[in-house]
Amino acid sequence: MRYNEKELQALSRQPAELAAELGMRGPKKGSVVKRRLVKLVVNFLFYFRTDEAEPVGALLLERCRVAREEPSGFSISFIEDPERKYYFECCSEEQCQEWTEALRRASYEFMRRSLIFYRKEIQKMTGKDPLEQFGISEEARFQLSSLKA
Amino acid sequence: MKLNERSLAFYATCDAPVDNAGFLHKKGGRHAAYHRRWFVLRGNMLFYFEEPASREPVGVIILEGCTVELVEAAEEFAFAVRFAGARARTYVLAAESQAAMERWVKALSRASFDYLRLVVRELEQQLAAVRAGACPPPPPWYGQEIRALRAQWLSSRAQP
Repeated sequence: MRYNEKELQALSRQPAELAAELGMRGPKKGSVVKRRLVKLVVNFLFYFRTDEAEPVGALLLERCRVAREEPSGFSISFIEDPERKYYFECCSEEQCQEWTEALRRASYEFMRRSLIFYRKEIQKMTGKDPLEQFGISEEARFQLSSLKA
Repeated sequence: MKLNERSLAFYATCDAPVDNAGFLHKKGGRHAAYHRRWFVLRGNMLFYFEEPASREPVGVIILEGCTVELVEAAEEFAFAVRFAGARARTYVLAAESQAAMERWVKALSRASFDYLRLVVRELEQQLAAVRAGACPPPPPWYGQEIRALRAQWLSSRAQP
């Protein structure tokens, strides 16, 4: 699939939600743990060799599953292939907690569901649609009906 | 750079809400011809397929950080998706009607994750304020009660 790599590289240089040096192991059998600078920017997780400016790779975080892995790590896998996991090792329980919480909220789809939830609650409590001020109340992507169970 | 392209392809064709979809003509390169492709906007990713029934996208334009503007072009209903930076590419796209072009320009200019996050944070604050006991909405009969009292007061004042 073609993609605009230059823009993705530029994105990797933007201010991060979270960044840290973590141990990382790829999904392939026999992979070893490597130290990587891991950076969360919007809905992408970039990972760099610790002394390089360009990322080795990026993971788009849509439809992903973040799970705790003992002793103090977590894994990211994707809905279509839950056994294929990217493993990350943290240096503490707190760091692990911080990352798993941030990663679970880091998808566009999660943001969309949050928006629909807040809109519904505010509408219930005030009788007004808070999206009107933004001029986006009619957009299909924010309709209550688009929420699937 | 490695990218989880398989997951990207699944995201492109899954049943999550589509933010816009339709045929657009995409200019191949600076002097290349336009190709008609089926475009699907999902979140901050603009996927393009050979046709609506294709099972995998030909490609994707990651939209974060872009600006969208109308352009002068040989094609009618053309607009551009522009990125900042020295050697950044500009994607020139053309819709098949004025209405379609306007829909695309609107959808694409609000497609960034950053924008959505801003709106969500704003609503989060509004909900917190409402929950903290800011004025609840007045009940519907409130207006009538006030009107009745006012009428009473006016008539009492009219006595000489």
